[in-house]
Amino acid sequence: MGQILSALGVVILGVAACAGYFWGSNVILDRIYPPRGPNAGANIMRANTIRPWLFVGPALFALTIYLIYPVFASVWLSLHDRSGETFVGTSNYTWMLNDPEFRQSFRNNMLWLLIVPAGATFFGLLAAAVTDRIWWGNIAKSLIFLPMAISFIGASVIWKFIYDYRGEGQPEIGLLNAIVVGLGGEPHAWITMPFWNNVFLMVILIWIQTGFAMVILSAALRGIPEETIEAAVLDGASPLQIFFKIKVPQIWGTIAVVWTTITILVLKVFDIVLAMTNGQWNTQVLANLMFNWMFRGGGDFGRGAAIAVIIMVLVIPIMIWNIRNASKEQ
Amino acid sequence: MAELKLTKVGKAYGPVEVLRDIDLDIDTGELIVFVGPSGCGKSTLLRMIAGLERITSGTLEIDGKAMNDVPPAQRGIAMVFQSYALYPHMTVRDNMAFGMKIAKKPKAEIDAAVDKAAKMLQLTPYLDRLPKALSGGQRQRVAIGRAIVRDPKVFLFDEPLSNLDAALRVATRIEIAQLKERMPESTMIYVTHDQVEAMTLATRIVVLNGGNIEQVGPPLELYERPANVFVARFIGSPSMNIFEGRITGTGAQTRVELDQGGGAVVPVASGERDMGSSVKLGVRSEDLVPTTGEALIEGRVEIVEGLGETTLLHLERVGEAEPTIAKLPGIHSISRHETVRLGADPAKLHLFDVKGRSFHYR
Amino acid sequence: MEGIAGRNPLVTWLVHISAALLVIIWTVPTMGLFISSLRDKDQIAVSGWWTALSGSEQNLVERTAAPDEAVERDGTWVLEGNLFGENEGTVSAFGWRAQEPAAFQPGETAELRGGETLTVEKDGTYILSSVEQPEGKRGQRIFFTSLQPPKFTLDNYRNVLFSQGIGRSFINSLTVTIPSTVIPILIAAFAAYALAWMPFPGRALLLATVVGLLVVPLQMSLIPLLQMYNSVGGFLGVPAKTYAGIWLAHTGFGLPLAIYLLRNYMAGLPREIIESARVDGASDFEIFVKIILPLSFPALASFAIFQFLWVWNDLLIAMVFLGNNEEQLVLTGRLRELLGSRGGNWEILTASAFVTIIIPLLVFITLQRYLVRGLLAGSVKGG
Repeated sequence: MGQILSALGVVILGVAACAGYFWGSNVILDRIYPPRGPNAGANIMRANTIRPWLFVGPALFALTIYLIYPVFASVWLSLHDRSGETFVGTSNYTWMLNDPEFRQSFRNNMLWLLIVPAGATFFGLLAAAVTDRIWWGNIAKSLIFLPMAISFIGASVIWKFIYDYRGEGQPEIGLLNAIVVGLGGEPHAWITMPFWNNVFLMVILIWIQTGFAMVILSAALRGIPEETIEAAVLDGASPLQIFFKIKVPQIWGTIAVVWTTITILVLKVFDIVLAMTNGQWNTQVLANLMFNWMFRGGGDFGRGAAIAVIIMVLVIPIMIWNIRNASKEQ
Repeated sequence: MAELKLTKVGKAYGPVEVLRDIDLDIDTGELIVFVGPSGCGKSTLLRMIAGLERITSGTLEIDGKAMNDVPPAQRGIAMVFQSYALYPHMTVRDNMAFGMKIAKKPKAEIDAAVDKAAKMLQLTPYLDRLPKALSGGQRQRVAIGRAIVRDPKVFLFDEPLSNLDAALRVATRIEIAQLKERMPESTMIYVTHDQVEAMTLATRIVVLNGGNIEQVGPPLELYERPANVFVARFIGSPSMNIFEGRITGTGAQTRVELDQGGGAVVPVASGERDMGSSVKLGVRSEDLVPTTGEALIEGRVEIVEGLGETTLLHLERVGEAEPTIAKLPGIHSISRHETVRLGADPAKLHLFDVKGRSFHYR
Repeated sequence: MEGIAGRNPLVTWLVHISAALLVIIWTVPTMGLFISSLRDKDQIAVSGWWTALSGSEQNLVERTAAPDEAVERDGTWVLEGNLFGENEGTVSAFGWRAQEPAAFQPGETAELRGGETLTVEKDGTYILSSVEQPEGKRGQRIFFTSLQPPKFTLDNYRNVLFSQGIGRSFINSLTVTIPSTVIPILIAAFAAYALAWMPFPGRALLLATVVGLLVVPLQMSLIPLLQMYNSVGGFLGVPAKTYAGIWLAHTGFGLPLAIYLLRNYMAGLPREIIESARVDGASDFEIFVKIILPLSFPALASFAIFQFLWVWNDLLIAMVFLGNNEEQLVLTGRLRELLGSRGGNWEILTASAFVTIIIPLLVFITLQRYLVRGLLAGSVKGG
């Protein structure tokens, strides 16, 4: 309890400090350049050039320390040895190219990139399309959306329970095996099944992200002008034709946004693999491999940083696309 | 209370000049209306007076004090915005009191000012409501009340009626006129693109076009003696008919022959050197009357619009791109394709030189 | 769409059925977890949670009462009792040898070695009778198959909360989450206001940077920041892994989204309201505090929910910037640890997992409106 109280104390202190900074710095600025008196005009001009920097200052500082500087530092570290002291050129990268575990992680990541955004977008679109047409759609949406709130690690426990395997002759308590047995099949240890175990891990992320895709796509679908749909109805289009030829083409932009957002998430996927297999049975991915090199295996900061740089490089195209879209709107 | 003086005021965004060399004197107690087509710079000029836009060149004085670098709140102005700009999270009372609270006025003084303004605008029952619970007209009155509470030297109105529907617009316009009567000392500047508002409210109208002042004067002076073709066509509806012609006689009266036939003697003076020069002859639709004598113009009727109160004739004439419009009082049984001859009282004719300037002001 | 004439009822049914299927697939996994966490731990291990209401079959062994408690009745020595003790159950078969645990049906009489006879009824009452007086302290073993009635219990929760450290981690998670949610909001709100409403050189560049930083993977920051924390910690003579450190880290990582969301929202507020306040004499600071902040409440709320969920559910940052001792291990970290050490104990895992997800679920359900609005603002525009 004492810990929570001290956390709350810190919140109050932090809020007070922030408010104090913003308020105080503004007061000081108005003291230095008072907006009245003979030089009022010039003073206001000067104060107005400084004030924005008082407002963005703390944010700029935090962004620089926590995101901008580390990008460059990681690149620098990736060119150094395990302790970050000796320059080793690109040898971390050549090591990577020849490392079977890295190659396997890269391949798996590509698989994740193909399947998860496609799966989540597909199910999201399907869920949006059907829930928009039924009276209990809002309840259905809430329920499908709910897994978004669950942590990756929590979701991993949930699905590990579903994939559970008890072995021959014992009653299966994992839902998947129970269904397979019920249908007359053989139970399997899904998590160790080559190749398919990757897909079983991806299912978890698709399960989490479908709700996100559904909410965004449903809003986009509802944003389509009703008249275009009515015109298609008068033209004799069937519901399926309306959906694929009238509605979907009008929301391509939103589909692209959903797809890229999930893609970014997939590149960073870590918790699920760590919790389910920790990279065993050919399920390694880049983020978990990086974490392994960073802490386990002796803490090789050079190799860890090099893997991080690879993840970053994969993100850059989306980053550029986003920046261009955002500046078009300005 | 306030005299407002603009001297050579200009505004430029980088290389783009939106206003140049605006000279204007506004006396205490006047209600000045800025009119002009969209993009003429009328709103920019108002915002410069308010202090929301920087003045790039020239000086603005209020009561003899230069105001160029004074922040808005210290200029002694209050502004009523087009969208009302009420603070949505504050009650009517808090909206009206906001400025005085910022200025740290004593509470009793704030309450007195708010109550007085609310009474004046019949807003007293609504003081504790949020803006979203008010009708459009009531919101507009709150915006005006907020301005009154500040007790400014100059009121600024930025197209305050354009978000209201037609009926409410007429009612609110009359309210503003009454408000002005109750506060004869206060100076008001009012921006609109609606010439009815301009004609009915203004003591003087300022017509702006392309960043310049075209003419300043009382409403009827602008109607009767427009300084140039732009003002002539901008004020009045339908727009004044303009015919191209040549001067064929000079002196105390000027004789004009129109290029497409017809002519008139205009009672304005001209000199010898004007002989033969190209001019524009203007006549308002409502000044054209059917005649059997010497016709100013003759044309074939293309469209007849019977409005009951008046009848509008659209005449097509050979060689004229724009139709000539005549506004005849009452109902007329003129049919399409009929040819009519129209004349006008010479005193109601307007003569402009080739650059569009009126001979009156030469 | 509802009013269009002549719609095919088959299509309508198909839509309802697919919606129902989706809902089932998306809720059943969580439901399984929740139901299991309330079941008796022995039942979890032997039967699927979907059978929770129908009871489960178990093979059990009990001993009869000690032989010297036998009483003489009509010339035979009798031991009586109930296999279930205080509890309830139904015996479906019994036996007296480990090789044949289900040799007899309830109600039948089994002949034991040494002339004893054993009868077990359905309700678990047994009668063991012998001609001679039995001796010894140990009772006869009885093997039986029992149909246990469904048994729900809060024991699992009691166990994980107080014995497995989940309770403590719950407090640790709150300690991490609350400041990590509040601090970035404050900092971002001011920056967002400047980016939306104050002209200054470099504003467009700064905005583009924020958009770019939205997608920078956390992995890039981990190693350099860890090094920095180590050296700062060493310099100040404090441990590198502190709550203050993780608060600041979450603040830094949450800022791009916070600034982006809030700026978009603030830029959408009507310009005239801000100008009106300026004419009323309000300074930038007053405009921000008295006009912008109250009007931005929906955006502030949606970011707060995002950040709260993100911080509460985070595992990576907690693993890197907090230690895994009792005072610092957060719920997600504890759950991972249990997954390693108690991988087969589903009663512990399910209850622990449910404790970790209950707060986000509640937040999510009650504040979904704001969350959806934030998602739409953040995504439809291109994030």
